[in-house]
Amino acid sequence: MTDLTVNANHAAEHDDEEHHDYAGDAMFGFWIYIMSDCMLFATLFASYAVLSSSFAGGLTPLDLFDLKFVFVETALLLFSSFTFGMAMLMAKKQDIKKLMLWLGITFLLGGGFLGMELYEFYHFSHEGATPQTSAYWSAFYALLATHGLHVFIGMLWMIILVVHILKNGLTEVNNTRLWCLSLFWHFLDIIWICVFSIVYLFGVMQ
Amino acid sequence: MSGGAEHAAHGSVKEYVVGLILSIGLTVIPFGLVMSGALSHPLTYGIIALCAVGQLLVQVIFFLHMNGSAEQIWNTVSGAFVVLIVFVIMLGSIWVMNHLNHNMLLGH
Repeated sequence: MTDLTVNANHAAEHDDEEHHDYAGDAMFGFWIYIMSDCMLFATLFASYAVLSSSFAGGLTPLDLFDLKFVFVETALLLFSSFTFGMAMLMAKKQDIKKLMLWLGITFLLGGGFLGMELYEFYHFSHEGATPQTSAYWSAFYALLATHGLHVFIGMLWMIILVVHILKNGLTEVNNTRLWCLSLFWHFLDIIWICVFSIVYLFGVMQ
Repeated sequence: MSGGAEHAAHGSVKEYVVGLILSIGLTVIPFGLVMSGALSHPLTYGIIALCAVGQLLVQVIFFLHMNGSAEQIWNTVSGAFVVLIVFVIMLGSIWVMNHLNHNMLLGH
């Protein structure tokens, strides 16, 4: 009898602990996902670096890259990372209206970035640099499009999370989701730092 | 694993603004150098790389609020492991493929 009570108590304690740890576990799990995504990008950067002068006699980055354009793209993504930070502070204050405002600004900045990237792809392929042109352009499009796809998915996620928050408020689960999305968004900005340094800046110096 | 919860608890407007200003500076410097072509190529390469690493650290510290404290130990350890793996993938690929290119040229 005593044993049973002890066991029951123990089980209850254990349950409590697990409940308490849910958010932390989810966040750590998401962190591990982000780390594995880092490795994915590392392989794309490695293949880009290896193929960085395999132009097959075709167009080179010097012919096409426009640093002013890339600078604006960079600014949009950097500011969106900052506005997401502001959104997180509003979430901490439980201010849903301002949270929505900052998330909205982040969404627009992300959309602006994605629009510019798509325009650039269109412009480059129009000038004759498609993924089929040379090994260099294959690596370029693979790397940039993977990053762009991540941004697109981040924006989709933002829409879905906003619907969740408007429906259920800032519950513990929604807070965890918001934290994971913020980590994802900052991570994309960090990857972009490597992209503009390695692809664009090193690219035009060749 | 309370590391994540601690992340959410930190952060202030000031921290984000400082992070933003540092990031802008570390973006403008390499872009300005390449656009103006003021310095020699090797020096410019070095400064671009330094600014990129600097901005990476700025964002990790000011935007992601990582500080290596005890409650974040597993985040930090897994992060350090990934940095190692990324270096192996990048440097290893470049090294191996350069040697391959070199050997192929000798065969000509």
